[in-house]
Amino acid sequence: MTYIAKPKFQHPGIKKNALGYSHRDYEGKISTLCAGCGHDSITASIIEACFELSIEPHRVAKISGIGCSSKTPDYFLGNSHGFNTVHGRMPSVLTGANLANRELIYLGVSGDGDSASIGFGQFAHAIRRGVNMTYIVENNGVYGLTKGQFSATADRGSKSKKGVTNTDNPIDLVGIALQLGATYVARSFSGDKKQLVPIIEGAIRHKGAAFIDVISPCIAFNNHAGSTKSFDYVREHNDAVNRLDVLTGRDPIEIDQDPGTVQIVEQHDGSRLALRKIDADYDPHDRLGAMTFLQKHAAQGQIVTGLLYVDPEADDLHSHLNTVERPLNRLEAADLCPGQAALDKINASLR
Amino acid sequence: MSQQAPLSSVNDFVVRFANVNGSGSASANELFARAVLRHGVPVSPRNIFPSNIQGLPTWYEVRVTEAGHLGARGGGTDLMVAMNPQTWDKDVAGIAPGGYLFYDSTKPMPATKFRDDITVIGVPLTAITNSTYSDPRQRQLFKNIIYLGALSALLDMDPKLIEQLIGEQYKGKEKLLSSNVHALHLGRDWALQNLKCPIGLRIKKADKVGDRIFIEGNNAAALGAVYGGATVCAWYPITPSSSLAEAFSNHCKKLRHDPETGQAKYAIVQAEDELASIGMVVGASWNGARAFTTTSGPGVSLMTEFIGLSYFAEIPAVIMNVQRAGPSTGMPTRTQQCDLIACGYASHGDTKHVMLFPEDPAEAFEFAAAAFDLAERLQTTIFLMLDLDIGMNQRLSRPLKWDDAKQYDRGKVMTAEMLDEGRDFGRYLDVDGDGIPFRTYPGTHPTKGSYFTRGTSRDRYARYSEEGAVYADNVQRLLRKFQTAQDMVPRPLQANASKPTRYGVIYFGSTAPAMDEAIGLLEARGCQLDRLRIRAFPFHSSVASFIAEHDFVYVVEQNRDAQLRQLIVTENGIDPVRLVPILHYDGTPITARFIADAIGDHQDHIKVTPLRKAVS
Ligand SMILES: Cc1ncc(C[n+]2csc(CCOP(=O)(O)OP(=O)(O)O)c2C)c(N)n1
Ligand code: SF4
Repeated sequence: MTYIAKPKFQHPGIKKNALGYSHRDYEGKISTLCAGCGHDSITASIIEACFELSIEPHRVAKISGIGCSSKTPDYFLGNSHGFNTVHGRMPSVLTGANLANRELIYLGVSGDGDSASIGFGQFAHAIRRGVNMTYIVENNGVYGLTKGQFSATADRGSKSKKGVTNTDNPIDLVGIALQLGATYVARSFSGDKKQLVPIIEGAIRHKGAAFIDVISPCIAFNNHAGSTKSFDYVREHNDAVNRLDVLTGRDPIEIDQDPGTVQIVEQHDGSRLALRKIDADYDPHDRLGAMTFLQKHAAQGQIVTGLLYVDPEADDLHSHLNTVERPLNRLEAADLCPGQAALDKINASLR
Repeated sequence: MSQQAPLSSVNDFVVRFANVNGSGSASANELFARAVLRHGVPVSPRNIFPSNIQGLPTWYEVRVTEAGHLGARGGGTDLMVAMNPQTWDKDVAGIAPGGYLFYDSTKPMPATKFRDDITVIGVPLTAITNSTYSDPRQRQLFKNIIYLGALSALLDMDPKLIEQLIGEQYKGKEKLLSSNVHALHLGRDWALQNLKCPIGLRIKKADKVGDRIFIEGNNAAALGAVYGGATVCAWYPITPSSSLAEAFSNHCKKLRHDPETGQAKYAIVQAEDELASIGMVVGASWNGARAFTTTSGPGVSLMTEFIGLSYFAEIPAVIMNVQRAGPSTGMPTRTQQCDLIACGYASHGDTKHVMLFPEDPAEAFEFAAAAFDLAERLQTTIFLMLDLDIGMNQRLSRPLKWDDAKQYDRGKVMTAEMLDEGRDFGRYLDVDGDGIPFRTYPGTHPTKGSYFTRGTSRDRYARYSEEGAVYADNVQRLLRKFQTAQDMVPRPLQANASKPTRYGVIYFGSTAPAMDEAIGLLEARGCQLDRLRIRAFPFHSSVASFIAEHDFVYVVEQNRDAQLRQLIVTENGIDPVRLVPILHYDGTPITARFIADAIGDHQDHIKVTPLRKAVS
């Protein structure tokens, strides 16, 4: 974690988005991760997605656990509040933050060690509660920060840098997220920005629990032969079910000329996801189908990427709790305190 | 029969009900306590229950006390209502000589099952219920009301007052109301016709209750959270704290819904565990909401990593810890004051946390509300230290009061306007010299005021730094902040003996009513003590002065390791020899008799032994 800020100078001709912000406005501090770390590419994709969506950078709350991946919120959206919490507990902190102020955009960043081991319970429960968030796991199959131990997402039979073979079965967070009712589930690859950026955009636009598992090779400890999370392995075994474009409300909706290759999914906030199908019969509205599809391909050694499931009608924890529209953190004594008159009644009932 | 004269007392005795858990006796027993109150006579009840749901023994003890002693009395039971065959022998053995045994005489009992120094009162409760009700559940429930009716006759209580209470309880449910009143009179009439009523123990109308209310500490603390403006509650069930979260939920349902939309001005989440509950509290507070969790010892253990984060990253959090006997699962349904060290210094590294020690429901209410102001003002964890004895027992308490003019103290929060004015915002800058920095809420300003919160070391501008000097500067400021807290938390209350004395006593929390009574007992023995009730940690400077002003001071607490004494010694650098521990830790509430005996014996001892030797 560095505190070296990037120079603020911006070229006058630099591309601006609808709010007049440039890419630079979505950047953070200079990364201290190893050069080539997959996590930095994900950072770049988050920056790109937020730029493309014309999000006000300060309206994002970026929350993480502990790990190399969890450091990354310092490297994007320098004008938003970040919170590097404790190992594995990002989901609960994010849930609490979201309860306090439903108006911000919540971006949870975690690692596979963070979410699939120590934080597995919190991961599961935040998903099942339907917290309105974009939950990104930067999945490298190892513990990067503590130098290369296997994580719970490491495939059985894969080899560590030291040549040790993993004998435990992996946890597939995507499968679990589907089972627990996440309403937007995707997997991507840090090296595939074209696919990842729109997936993140769609997730941010989604109202409800959006989960993205991003395979993100660890250059230092998990990018060798025998690893199933290396750049080479993922490139060779990637099977994308779709490519995504996000059309915001302001843009004209373009329908691809060739019917059957594009499917438009309308989200709660009016944005539309245009799914450019590669796999002709893949249906991203079918939760059960997605689970079967995943497992079938996993058995064949294939990593399925793309938007695997989306429920455009999803609601979130605030709807379940029926909370007021006004953020709870803005309620004052006048809104919250029932006053002495109510207390008098309570006193009277206790005599 | 009885070789011992039967006990005789008006408005000053202890009735103990022995029941089987799950038999529905709780509400009838509580009705008895409330009926005594309606006579204008104070009561102090205690629930004694197992950590099990069905079938195991439970006891409900009602101390009838015109003198108004609200602590447990201790000693034998004056009237035992023995409704549980499993505990019969123990119950009978626990009756004071000359006391009374009330039992269900439907089935004859061998003479060996009784004692000859007590008065035995048999009422064929099962026979009466079975001849009146056919439904098994009704038989079960009305049996309780029937024994209440019989007791009302035996103790010379006014049935109208009990009927009134039943009327209030079943308002609008006429059928239930009349059937309960009917059951009451079944028992009452049987007793009047078949027994010598009243017995030596009697309830006589008095005027000693006043406008006081009868409320559990957990319920009062929950109301404190409502009044204190808590909007987020994340909790995980654990005895004896669950009823606090449940009460908060019930109060919010009534008091915190927008009348137009029906929407909730609060969020309550039953978390998956304590790690998550405190995590949610930290997240919500970081984002500017008033948030709290309720828990007990094992939960605190799980929360400690987050408590360290709250301390170091300076995020408000309120933890209401209803203490029970530990360590580990200990005795989950027994009371202790045993988490002082665990909470005061929770988490790894150098940490210290504010603790508030209410003595009764009224203070539980006030301190609970104040905890939110303190958490936001100090930007740290505040523990409200309740225990099972306060939390889960109803107590007479002054009515709850709120100042409608009161505004919440949201602490040092820098707004967008302040940032635009050009105020220097360094998240960890000690601008006022009190160790408390300014914070901004996420989303405040497009370009100013954002910062990165982390548990790792950082400089005054929230920039990551592992420089030794930067780290030391930060932890020194945190210490300064803790010192600032000393003057913000409730001060100790001192009460001096009627005559000048060289001895003092320090105590806190649920020990207070027993201490009030013990002082009287000790004075009768010729022991004079000045007393200081500690109400918060960090300790106010008056604690050290109080100790300095006395030759030595007793420290009375309900744990084995003299945890309060340890804290006083450590924090104030006091010679431990000057603090004499008086410790009670068997899981039952401390009693006046225990305190008076322990201190009295020690005082007798020092009359014949040089001081230094006596207290070491
Ligand atoms: C309670 C606790 N236990 C252990 C650690 C040590 N630790 C720090 S990061 C980490 C694993 C990180 O792995 P992952 O989440 O996969 O992130 P990566 O570094 O690979 O991106 C561990 C075990 C810790 N910080 N806290
Ligand atoms: S150790 Fe691995 S995960 Fe961590 S920064 Fe380096 S490459 Fe990335």
